[in-house]
Amino acid sequence: MLAVLTLLAVAAVAGFCLIGLAGNWEYALGLRARKIATMIVVGTAVACSSVLFQTVTGNRVLTPGVMGFDQLFVLIQTLIVFLFGALALSSADPRLLFAGQVAAMVLFAGALYRRLFGHGGRDLYVLVLAGVVFGTLFGSLSSLASRLINPNDFVVLQDSLFASFNQVDPDLLALSALLVAAAAAWTARLAPRLDVVALGRDHALNLGVHHARVVNRVLVVVAVLVSVSTALVGPVTFLGLLVASLARQLTGTFRHGTVLPAAALLAVTVLVGGQLVLERMFTMDTALSVIINFVGGVYFIALLIRESRR
Amino acid sequence: MIEIKDVTKRYGETVVLDGVSLTIAPGGVTSVIGANGAGKSTLLSVVSRLVPADGGTVTVDGMDVATTPGDRLARRLAVLRQDNHLSVRLTVRELVAFGRFPHSGGRLTAADRDLVEEAIDYFELGDLADRHLDQLSGGQRQRAHVAMVLCQDTDYVLLDEPLNNLDMRHSVQMMRRLRRMADDYGKTVVMVVHDVNFASCHSDTIVAMKDGSVVAQGTTAEMMTPEVLNAVYDLDIDVHEIGGHRIGVYFS
Repeated sequence: MLAVLTLLAVAAVAGFCLIGLAGNWEYALGLRARKIATMIVVGTAVACSSVLFQTVTGNRVLTPGVMGFDQLFVLIQTLIVFLFGALALSSADPRLLFAGQVAAMVLFAGALYRRLFGHGGRDLYVLVLAGVVFGTLFGSLSSLASRLINPNDFVVLQDSLFASFNQVDPDLLALSALLVAAAAAWTARLAPRLDVVALGRDHALNLGVHHARVVNRVLVVVAVLVSVSTALVGPVTFLGLLVASLARQLTGTFRHGTVLPAAALLAVTVLVGGQLVLERMFTMDTALSVIINFVGGVYFIALLIRESRR
Repeated sequence: MIEIKDVTKRYGETVVLDGVSLTIAPGGVTSVIGANGAGKSTLLSVVSRLVPADGGTVTVDGMDVATTPGDRLARRLAVLRQDNHLSVRLTVRELVAFGRFPHSGGRLTAADRDLVEEAIDYFELGDLADRHLDQLSGGQRQRAHVAMVLCQDTDYVLLDEPLNNLDMRHSVQMMRRLRRMADDYGKTVVMVVHDVNFASCHSDTIVAMKDGSVVAQGTTAEMMTPEVLNAVYDLDIDVHEIGGHRIGVYFS
């Protein structure tokens, strides 16, 4: 199954690079290659963060996106402009700024979600509700703060928040690729222990896995991955849910060694393929995230209904 | 040997374990009995480090469960709680194979696979081995979980109500198998049992708990008397000897 998914992803990438290629090849391919690189980094980050989040929360319906993680990142970004001005955002070293944002994100997300999931808070509806409330709260706070700042600052902020696949800072992309690669390597090493953690706290402890330590570390990695994907292309809330769920169904296994790469390949296929269809076939350069969130949202509701019937 | 010294556990204002001290000798089957809310399950959870104690210490063969690394303890002591809902979809064989994790770290050797098959056969799960757990009845699932614990191959096996969800035939078989685990493999089996008669027929030692304390401990013969059982359960229980076993009668 992994081979089929790899083939699909490669086909999507090849199609995106080659279909409708005209004019100066070198220029066009360079442009497209950067877009592809962005989508691979974002796809991997979203897929891994979602699968990891579902494992440590013992929940197959929630993802960092649904729980408002990416909205939290937007809020942090907005608050930086609000507190320090746009100059800080545009003049600071983007890598340093990014590191600071990720640190704040890890701190807040860690504190917040550990509290939420720490003490057997297992009621699905309470968690979904909390996610929706947090997402909305973070979103509202961001829009409040962005209304209070001056219009020039707002433009700078807008620019940094809605960076689409077309205009990504190469430096930031390289740093992100590095972070995602490091996270993926770390996750691969941890895969057998993650399989055990997926059984739940009691089983994990019984089998000698330090449950709390693994969960804490995973939440940190999830925060980093969400920061990466959100910083690059903004929130794509339902993509993670879609690919994590599909990867589990298609591979028919619970093993992270298989599910994680499958989810990443699916995410790349969906992003690249979707962008290809949007750009070449409908020749409209609208946001892919709109379509992903529509399809993913419908899928989310279906999943919720199915889970509640159990 | 499991040594429990002055163990206290509170949930908010409620004292669940009130300075429990208890020694469980190695080998044999020990049953923990008592009314609902007496603290049996909590005691088992504290001993197996699933729940941290608020005070006191628990040692297993001299290892303090609060400080010993989890993977080291996992090769000496296995525990199964009552509620074993899994959010992942596993086959019976996959679940049982997890029992080898403390020994092999997720990479099964040929010897591990043999032990997995042995545990599956031991609990008559051969026909169900490739079925997913969510397709099984509660009793079959329960057997699969106990098979996993057996597969973990530890000196100490702690079980919280292993008879949960089992019908009469499977209850008796389960108790016989646990008995044999102690007799044939030399394991120390400690379990929480609700039915005093199962405890009477299959265990060497009985520990009685009430309101967060151990009120009595002794051999099965010492414990299966009307006086002790009345004190533990606040219920008139007649004890008769039937077929060499002491049976408590309390149904009418």
